[in-house]
Amino acid sequence: MGVFQMPSLGADMEDGTLVEWLVAPGDDVKRGDIVAVVETQKGAIEIEIFEAGIVQSLDAELGARLPVGAPLATILAEGEAPPPAPAAPTDEAEAERHEIAPTATAPPPPETRTITFGIAASPAARRRAAEAHIELAGLAGSGPGGAVMLRDVEGIAPAQDSPARKPSDAMAEMRKAIAAAMQRSKREIPHFQLSQSVDIQTASDWLSARNADLPPAERILLGTLFLKAAALAAAKVKEMNGHYGDDGFIPARAVNLGVAVALRGGGLIAPAIPQADGLSLPDLMAAMKDLVARARAMRLRSSEMTSGTLTVSSLGEKGADAMAGIIFPPQVALLAIGAPKLRPWVVDGEVVPRLLATFTLSADHRVSDGRQANRFLAEIDAQLQKPEAL
Amino acid sequence: MTQDDARAIFLEELVKVAPDLDAEDIAAEDHIQDDLELDSMDVLNLVAALHARLGVDIPEADYVQIATPALAAAYLNGRMAA
Repeated sequence: MGVFQMPSLGADMEDGTLVEWLVAPGDDVKRGDIVAVVETQKGAIEIEIFEAGIVQSLDAELGARLPVGAPLATILAEGEAPPPAPAAPTDEAEAERHEIAPTATAPPPPETRTITFGIAASPAARRRAAEAHIELAGLAGSGPGGAVMLRDVEGIAPAQDSPARKPSDAMAEMRKAIAAAMQRSKREIPHFQLSQSVDIQTASDWLSARNADLPPAERILLGTLFLKAAALAAAKVKEMNGHYGDDGFIPARAVNLGVAVALRGGGLIAPAIPQADGLSLPDLMAAMKDLVARARAMRLRSSEMTSGTLTVSSLGEKGADAMAGIIFPPQVALLAIGAPKLRPWVVDGEVVPRLLATFTLSADHRVSDGRQANRFLAEIDAQLQKPEAL
Repeated sequence: MTQDDARAIFLEELVKVAPDLDAEDIAAEDHIQDDLELDSMDVLNLVAALHARLGVDIPEADYVQIATPALAAAYLNGRMAA
């Protein structure tokens, strides 16, 4: 039997609010299934489960703000007998009992659970109901367990004047989360930075020729080539790819490339593309599109929030020449890519206009030195000189 | 299709790509990247949406011709008439 707990979705996360259950007692779950939605400082995150079994009970109240590690549900392994029935089925007591209860020779579980808390409703539904002065008790909930969801309130609330926007308090929360992670990084990580100007004219020309024959849906962005080159470099230079924890640095086997996504209206989030070094350019482009769309809709998955092994932050097509980024703990490196600019450059002894981009690697001196950082940047440069091989 | 129709369709697809924008607040001369802060992924999504809706495939070399609603209205209108 396993207790499914509130996961930590980043170095800065202390608690989260359970918004939605996507499973019910009796459901089969397998590794990687999305079982719940938790609202964090960085938006609503879809929580995946990492064990297989049968949902025995849901042990946390919808709408409850719970610390990392708090029990959310009890999962029985296949063939496992259910635990003894709780005597007093309040949620906290039940969760505690499950953690200490013996698992063998247990009587069957109660068929129904007594719900002892108030009206189950999502935080968004509560907020909207409060704004519209609607009693939640009078609403028919369409969510799991009859929980009142935002759509149930919207059905009867007067239309809002403006389209839904991210509330400013959510923005303030995200700013706090970014500040907490970056303060920790600056406090704990002895950063050093190396920059390299890379001639990307060849890569840009190759891409223009490729895209010229393709409809918009099949075109690839220059940023995709940069990500692939970075992923390949990370696979070669292990000191840039992994996590630093209590036991020091542990290099990662896979390259899960974190991609810093700027949210319109402000804020930043860096979900990861798993095993990016093994993806073809069209597949990597598709993964980027999907990730950006879901990041902006605030609908990312828990594994994407925690699995990143190296983050890339790109200033985009237009912007500053270079950026020295701050590493996202527990990672040990961050690659910042400046906006490409047409610049005079010496090729074969002649000054010619070439498209250049400045790649700046921030690395962790606990793990690496300039030598490895140099190798990493040289590898990216080399990869971008033969774009057809990416 | 008139230029006004083209402009309306362009703005509709633009605010779908960037839902925080309000079509009423967008000026004819606003630059989609410099003023409205679309990034390269947004521009590609916009071009793909226009392709799907109007059947007009805008090559990368022509992206500068849809950089503002006024430019885009003239460009799309011309391409539709062609």
